[in-house]
Amino acid sequence: MLTLDPAAIHAQLRSRFGDAVGELVGQGGDASATVPPDRILEIATFCKTDPGLAFDCLSNLSGVDYPKRSAIQIVYHLYSYPNRHRFVLKVDAARDNPVVQSIAGVWAHAEWQEREVFDLLGVDFPGHPDLRRLLMPEDWPGHPLRKDFVEPEEYHGISTSRESLLKA
Amino acid sequence: MSLINSVPEMALTTTVDDFLNWTRKSSLWYMMFGLACCAIEMMQAGGPRTDLDRFGMAPRATPRVSDLIIVSGTLTLKMALRTKILYDQMPEPRYVVSMGSCANCGGLFQLAYSVCDGVDKVIPVDVYVPGCPPRPESLVEGLVKLQEKIQQERWLVRKEPAVATA
Repeated sequence: MLTLDPAAIHAQLRSRFGDAVGELVGQGGDASATVPPDRILEIATFCKTDPGLAFDCLSNLSGVDYPKRSAIQIVYHLYSYPNRHRFVLKVDAARDNPVVQSIAGVWAHAEWQEREVFDLLGVDFPGHPDLRRLLMPEDWPGHPLRKDFVEPEEYHGISTSRESLLKA
Repeated sequence: MSLINSVPEMALTTTVDDFLNWTRKSSLWYMMFGLACCAIEMMQAGGPRTDLDRFGMAPRATPRVSDLIIVSGTLTLKMALRTKILYDQMPEPRYVVSMGSCANCGGLFQLAYSVCDGVDKVIPVDVYVPGCPPRPESLVEGLVKLQEKIQQERWLVRKEPAVATA
Protein backbone atom coordinates (compact mmCIF):
# COMPACT_ATOMS: atom_id res chain seq x y z
CA MET A 1 0.00 0.00 0.00
CA LEU A 2 1.32 3.38 -0.97
CA THR A 3 -0.87 6.42 -0.48
CA LEU A 4 -0.10 9.01 -3.10
CA ASP A 5 -0.74 12.72 -2.80
CA PRO A 6 -2.65 14.44 -5.63
CA ALA A 7 0.51 15.84 -7.19
CA ALA A 8 2.02 12.35 -7.48
CA ILE A 9 -1.18 10.94 -8.99
CA HIS A 10 -1.27 13.82 -11.44
CA ALA A 11 2.37 13.26 -12.35
CA GLN A 12 1.68 9.56 -13.04
CA LEU A 13 -1.24 10.45 -15.30
CA ARG A 14 0.87 13.08 -17.06
CA SER A 15 3.75 10.69 -17.67
CA ARG A 16 1.36 8.15 -19.20
CA PHE A 17 -0.99 10.41 -21.20
CA GLY A 18 1.02 13.59 -21.68
CA ASP A 19 -0.85 16.80 -22.38
CA ALA A 20 -4.20 15.02 -22.61
CA VAL A 21 -4.31 15.41 -18.82
CA GLY A 22 -4.80 19.05 -17.89
CA GLU A 23 -3.27 21.13 -15.13
CA LEU A 24 -3.64 20.08 -11.52
CA VAL A 25 -6.31 22.28 -9.94
CA GLY A 26 -7.18 22.42 -6.25
CA GLN A 27 -5.71 20.40 -3.44
CA GLY A 28 -6.48 17.58 -1.05
CA GLY A 29 -9.68 15.76 -1.83
CA ASP A 30 -10.67 18.42 -4.36
CA ALA A 31 -7.58 18.08 -6.53
CA SER A 32 -8.69 17.57 -10.09
CA ALA A 33 -7.50 17.44 -13.67
CA THR A 34 -9.47 17.91 -16.87
CA VAL A 35 -9.27 15.25 -19.57
CA PRO A 36 -10.77 15.15 -23.10
CA PRO A 37 -14.16 13.45 -23.56
CA ASP A 38 -12.83 11.00 -26.14
CA ARG A 39 -10.01 9.70 -23.92
CA ILE A 40 -11.78 9.28 -20.59
CA LEU A 41 -12.32 5.55 -21.15
CA GLU A 42 -8.61 4.93 -21.66
CA ILE A 43 -7.64 7.11 -18.69
CA ALA A 44 -10.28 5.56 -16.43
CA THR A 45 -9.12 2.07 -17.35
CA PHE A 46 -5.55 3.03 -16.50
CA CYS A 47 -6.63 4.57 -13.18
CA LYS A 48 -8.36 1.37 -12.20
CA THR A 49 -5.81 -1.19 -13.41
CA ASP A 50 -2.51 0.53 -12.64
CA PRO A 51 -1.21 -1.04 -9.41
CA GLY A 52 0.22 2.25 -8.18
CA LEU A 53 -3.10 4.09 -8.56
CA ALA A 54 -5.57 1.19 -8.04
CA PHE A 55 -8.68 3.36 -8.08
CA ASP A 56 -11.10 0.51 -7.52
CA CYS A 57 -14.01 2.73 -6.53
CA LEU A 58 -15.86 5.38 -8.47
CA SER A 59 -17.34 7.32 -5.55
CA ASN A 60 -19.47 9.56 -7.67
CA LEU A 61 -20.21 10.52 -11.23
CA SER A 62 -22.09 13.74 -11.73
CA GLY A 63 -22.73 16.43 -14.29
CA VAL A 64 -22.69 20.22 -14.09
CA ASP A 65 -24.13 22.68 -16.57
CA TYR A 66 -22.03 25.78 -17.36
CA PRO A 67 -24.08 27.83 -19.85
CA LYS A 68 -21.69 30.81 -19.79
CA ARG A 69 -18.80 28.84 -21.24
CA SER A 70 -21.19 26.59 -23.15
CA ALA A 71 -20.01 23.38 -21.51
CA ILE A 72 -21.39 20.46 -19.61
CA GLN A 73 -18.84 19.08 -17.22
CA ILE A 74 -18.85 15.46 -16.08
CA VAL A 75 -17.08 14.96 -12.76
CA TYR A 76 -15.62 11.62 -11.69
CA HIS A 77 -14.64 11.16 -8.04
CA LEU A 78 -12.23 8.30 -7.77
CA TYR A 79 -11.17 6.54 -4.59
CA SER A 80 -8.74 3.74 -3.96
CA TYR A 81 -9.59 1.45 -1.06
CA PRO A 82 -6.24 -0.43 -1.12
CA ASN A 83 -4.11 2.73 -1.38
CA ARG A 84 -6.46 5.13 0.42
CA HIS A 85 -6.02 8.03 -1.90
CA ARG A 86 -8.45 9.97 -4.05
CA PHE A 87 -8.52 12.05 -7.19
CA VAL A 88 -11.06 13.90 -9.33
CA LEU A 89 -11.26 13.73 -13.10
CA LYS A 90 -13.30 16.25 -15.06
CA VAL A 91 -14.47 16.16 -18.63
CA ASP A 92 -15.77 19.17 -20.53
CA ALA A 93 -18.30 18.35 -23.23
CA ALA A 94 -19.79 20.76 -25.76
CA ARG A 95 -23.12 21.96 -24.46
CA ASP A 96 -25.00 21.82 -27.77
CA ASN A 97 -23.97 18.22 -28.46
CA PRO A 98 -22.39 16.64 -25.38
CA VAL A 99 -20.81 13.27 -26.11
CA VAL A 100 -18.60 11.55 -23.56
CA GLN A 101 -17.24 8.01 -23.70
CA SER A 102 -19.05 5.64 -21.33
CA ILE A 103 -17.00 4.16 -18.50
CA ALA A 104 -19.72 1.70 -17.47
CA GLY A 105 -17.39 -1.08 -18.63
CA VAL A 106 -14.72 0.02 -16.14
CA TRP A 107 -16.80 0.64 -13.03
CA ALA A 108 -20.12 -1.18 -13.42
CA HIS A 109 -22.04 1.17 -11.15
CA ALA A 110 -21.29 4.06 -13.48
CA GLU A 111 -24.10 2.60 -15.56
CA TRP A 112 -26.95 4.13 -13.55
CA GLN A 113 -25.04 7.31 -12.82
CA GLU A 114 -24.48 7.85 -16.53
CA ARG A 115 -28.17 7.17 -17.10
CA GLU A 116 -28.97 9.85 -14.54
CA VAL A 117 -26.66 12.37 -16.23
CA PHE A 118 -28.20 11.45 -19.58
CA ASP A 119 -31.67 11.94 -18.11
CA LEU A 120 -31.09 15.24 -16.33
CA LEU A 121 -28.48 16.90 -18.56
CA GLY A 122 -28.85 15.17 -21.91
CA VAL A 123 -25.30 13.88 -22.26
CA ASP A 124 -24.79 11.04 -24.73
CA PHE A 125 -22.54 8.21 -23.52
CA PRO A 126 -21.47 6.06 -26.50
CA GLY A 127 -20.64 2.56 -25.32
CA HIS A 128 -23.25 2.53 -22.56
CA PRO A 129 -25.14 -0.80 -22.51
CA ASP A 130 -28.61 0.61 -21.78
CA LEU A 131 -28.89 4.38 -22.03
CA ARG A 132 -32.47 5.18 -20.99
CA ARG A 133 -33.99 7.81 -18.74
CA LEU A 134 -33.66 6.88 -15.09
CA LEU A 135 -35.71 9.34 -13.02
CA MET A 136 -38.01 11.23 -15.35
CA PRO A 137 -40.84 9.67 -17.40
CA GLU A 138 -39.76 8.20 -20.73
CA ASP A 139 -41.65 10.84 -22.75
CA TRP A 140 -40.48 13.84 -20.69
CA PRO A 141 -39.42 16.83 -22.80
CA GLY A 142 -35.97 18.26 -22.16
CA HIS A 143 -33.43 17.79 -19.40
CA PRO A 144 -34.37 19.37 -16.03
CA LEU A 145 -30.90 20.15 -14.65
CA ARG A 146 -29.95 22.35 -17.58
CA LYS A 147 -30.05 25.94 -16.44
CA ASP A 148 -32.29 27.02 -19.32
CA PHE A 149 -34.85 24.26 -18.71
CA VAL A 150 -38.41 25.55 -18.51
CA GLU A 151 -40.88 23.27 -16.78
CA PRO A 152 -43.86 22.49 -19.05
CA GLU A 153 -47.25 23.83 -17.92
CA GLU A 154 -48.71 20.37 -17.83
CA TYR A 155 -47.80 16.75 -18.33
CA HIS A 156 -50.46 14.37 -19.71
CA GLY A 157 -53.16 16.74 -18.46
CA ILE A 158 -51.64 17.04 -14.97
CA SER A 159 -50.83 20.68 -14.29
CA THR A 160 -47.36 21.07 -12.82
CA SER A 161 -48.09 24.04 -10.58
CA ARG A 162 -50.36 24.67 -7.65
CA GLU A 163 -51.78 27.96 -6.46
CA SER A 164 -50.37 29.06 -3.14
CA LEU A 165 -52.83 29.23 -0.28
CA LEU A 166 -50.83 32.06 1.29
CA LYS A 167 -51.74 34.56 -1.46
CA ALA A 168 -55.47 34.42 -0.69
CA MET B 1 -83.29 -13.09 31.31
CA SER B 2 -79.70 -13.70 30.42
CA LEU B 3 -78.46 -11.60 27.52
CA ILE B 4 -76.16 -14.34 26.34
CA ASN B 5 -78.90 -16.80 25.63
CA SER B 6 -81.31 -14.26 24.19
CA VAL B 7 -78.99 -12.61 21.64
CA PRO B 8 -79.20 -15.40 19.04
CA GLU B 9 -82.97 -15.12 19.09
CA MET B 10 -83.01 -11.32 18.71
CA ALA B 11 -83.93 -9.41 15.58
CA LEU B 12 -82.34 -6.04 14.86
CA THR B 13 -83.93 -3.54 12.54
CA THR B 14 -82.06 -1.14 10.27
CA THR B 15 -82.30 0.28 6.78
CA VAL B 16 -80.70 -1.50 3.86
CA ASP B 17 -78.46 1.49 3.17
CA ASP B 18 -77.24 1.64 6.72
CA PHE B 19 -76.59 -2.08 6.75
CA LEU B 20 -74.65 -2.00 3.48
CA ASN B 21 -72.64 1.00 4.61
CA TRP B 22 -71.90 -0.67 7.93
CA THR B 23 -70.56 -3.76 6.16
CA ARG B 24 -68.51 -1.63 3.77
CA LYS B 25 -66.93 0.58 6.34
CA SER B 26 -66.10 -2.42 8.51
CA SER B 27 -64.03 -4.20 5.90
CA LEU B 28 -61.96 -1.58 4.14
CA TRP B 29 -59.20 -3.50 2.43
CA TYR B 30 -56.45 -1.12 1.52
CA MET B 31 -53.96 -1.40 -1.26
CA MET B 32 -50.31 -1.41 -0.27
CA PHE B 33 -49.17 1.82 -1.85
CA GLY B 34 -46.24 3.18 0.10
CA LEU B 35 -44.39 5.80 -1.91
CA ALA B 36 -42.01 7.37 0.59
CA CYS B 37 -41.43 7.94 4.29
CA CYS B 38 -45.18 8.20 5.03
CA ALA B 39 -45.33 4.50 4.21
CA ILE B 40 -43.29 3.80 7.35
CA GLU B 41 -45.98 5.50 9.42
CA MET B 42 -48.65 3.60 7.50
CA MET B 43 -46.93 0.34 8.45
CA GLN B 44 -46.89 1.50 12.06
CA ALA B 45 -50.61 2.22 11.84
CA GLY B 46 -51.03 -1.46 10.95
CA GLY B 47 -48.92 -2.45 13.94
CA PRO B 48 -50.13 -3.37 17.43
CA ARG B 49 -50.50 0.14 18.89
CA THR B 50 -53.13 1.54 16.54
CA ASP B 51 -53.88 -1.82 14.90
CA LEU B 52 -55.83 -1.21 11.70
CA ASP B 53 -57.01 -4.83 11.76
CA ARG B 54 -59.58 -3.97 14.40
CA PHE B 55 -61.38 -1.82 11.81
CA GLY B 56 -61.48 -4.81 9.49
CA MET B 57 -58.70 -3.32 7.41
CA ALA B 58 -56.27 -5.66 5.73
CA PRO B 59 -53.47 -4.75 3.31
CA ARG B 60 -53.89 -6.19 -0.17
CA ALA B 61 -51.23 -6.54 -2.82
CA THR B 62 -53.50 -5.88 -5.79
CA PRO B 63 -55.92 -3.08 -6.67
CA ARG B 64 -58.46 -5.62 -7.99
CA VAL B 65 -59.63 -6.56 -4.51
CA SER B 66 -58.98 -3.26 -2.74
CA ASP B 67 -61.57 -0.78 -1.50
CA LEU B 68 -59.16 1.91 -0.41
CA ILE B 69 -55.89 3.34 -1.60
CA ILE B 70 -53.79 5.21 0.95
CA VAL B 71 -51.45 7.40 -1.09
CA SER B 72 -48.61 7.68 1.36
CA GLY B 73 -45.67 9.65 0.12
CA THR B 74 -44.25 11.84 -2.63
CA LEU B 75 -46.01 11.28 -5.92
CA THR B 76 -43.70 11.80 -8.88
CA LEU B 77 -45.10 12.57 -12.30
CA LYS B 78 -43.80 9.23 -13.48
CA MET B 79 -45.78 7.49 -10.74
CA ALA B 80 -48.86 9.71 -11.19
CA LEU B 81 -49.79 8.05 -14.47
CA ARG B 82 -49.40 4.61 -12.89
CA THR B 83 -51.46 5.71 -9.89
CA LYS B 84 -54.30 6.58 -12.24
CA ILE B 85 -54.07 3.12 -13.83
CA LEU B 86 -54.10 1.41 -10.43
CA TYR B 87 -57.06 3.50 -9.29
CA ASP B 88 -58.97 2.61 -12.44
CA GLN B 89 -58.40 -1.08 -11.69
CA MET B 90 -60.07 -0.86 -8.28
CA PRO B 91 -63.72 -1.99 -8.13
CA GLU B 92 -66.30 0.55 -6.98
CA PRO B 93 -67.07 1.76 -4.38
CA ARG B 94 -63.49 2.88 -3.98
CA TYR B 95 -61.95 5.43 -1.69
CA VAL B 96 -58.76 7.46 -1.61
CA VAL B 97 -56.92 8.74 1.44
CA SER B 98 -54.18 11.25 0.72
CA MET B 99 -51.63 10.86 3.48
CA GLY B 100 -49.09 13.57 4.27
CA SER B 101 -48.09 16.90 2.77
CA CYS B 102 -46.54 15.45 -0.39
CA ALA B 103 -49.67 13.57 -1.43
CA ASN B 104 -51.84 16.56 -0.41
CA CYS B 105 -50.06 19.29 -2.35
CA GLY B 106 -46.52 18.24 -3.27
CA GLY B 107 -45.30 19.35 0.16
CA LEU B 108 -41.62 20.01 0.51
CA PHE B 109 -41.01 19.03 -3.11
CA GLN B 110 -43.78 21.11 -4.66
CA LEU B 111 -41.41 23.17 -6.82
CA ALA B 112 -39.39 20.19 -7.99
CA TYR B 113 -39.54 19.37 -11.68
CA SER B 114 -40.32 15.72 -11.14
CA VAL B 115 -43.08 15.89 -8.50
CA CYS B 116 -46.84 15.90 -9.04
CA ASP B 117 -48.28 18.63 -6.81
CA GLY B 118 -50.91 16.58 -5.06
CA VAL B 119 -52.58 13.28 -5.84
CA ASP B 120 -55.90 15.12 -6.30
CA LYS B 121 -54.61 16.26 -9.69
CA VAL B 122 -54.89 12.64 -10.83
CA ILE B 123 -57.59 10.89 -8.78
CA PRO B 124 -60.42 12.17 -6.53
CA VAL B 125 -59.51 12.24 -2.85
CA ASP B 126 -61.92 11.50 0.03
CA VAL B 127 -59.82 12.37 3.06
CA TYR B 128 -56.67 14.46 3.37
CA VAL B 129 -54.43 13.67 6.34
CA PRO B 130 -52.04 16.55 7.09
CA GLY B 131 -48.57 16.06 8.53
CA CYS B 132 -45.02 15.44 7.43
CA PRO B 133 -45.31 12.59 8.00
CA PRO B 134 -48.59 12.17 9.92
CA ARG B 135 -48.35 10.02 13.03
CA PRO B 136 -50.21 6.71 12.93
CA GLU B 137 -52.85 8.29 15.20
CA SER B 138 -53.48 10.97 12.57
CA LEU B 139 -53.87 8.38 9.86
CA VAL B 140 -56.30 6.40 12.02
CA GLU B 141 -58.29 9.56 12.67
CA GLY B 142 -58.44 10.12 8.91
CA LEU B 143 -59.65 6.57 8.42
CA VAL B 144 -62.33 7.04 11.09
CA LYS B 145 -63.44 10.17 9.21
CA LEU B 146 -63.61 8.08 6.06
CA GLN B 147 -65.75 5.53 7.89
CA GLU B 148 -68.11 8.33 8.96
CA LYS B 149 -68.30 9.45 5.35
CA ILE B 150 -69.05 5.92 4.16
CA GLN B 151 -71.77 5.53 6.78
CA GLN B 152 -73.59 8.58 5.37
CA GLU B 153 -73.55 7.41 1.77
CA ARG B 154 -76.80 6.60 -0.04
CA TRP B 155 -75.85 4.32 -2.89
CA LEU B 156 -79.41 3.10 -3.50
CA VAL B 157 -80.88 6.60 -3.79
CA ARG B 158 -80.25 8.27 -7.11
CA LYS B 159 -81.70 11.75 -7.46
CA GLU B 160 -79.98 12.76 -10.67
CA PRO B 161 -78.63 10.81 -13.65
CA ALA B 162 -75.37 9.06 -12.96
CA VAL B 163 -72.31 10.99 -14.07
CA ALA B 164 -69.11 9.19 -14.91
CA THR B 165 -66.44 10.01 -12.35
CA ALA B 166 -63.50 11.93 -13.69
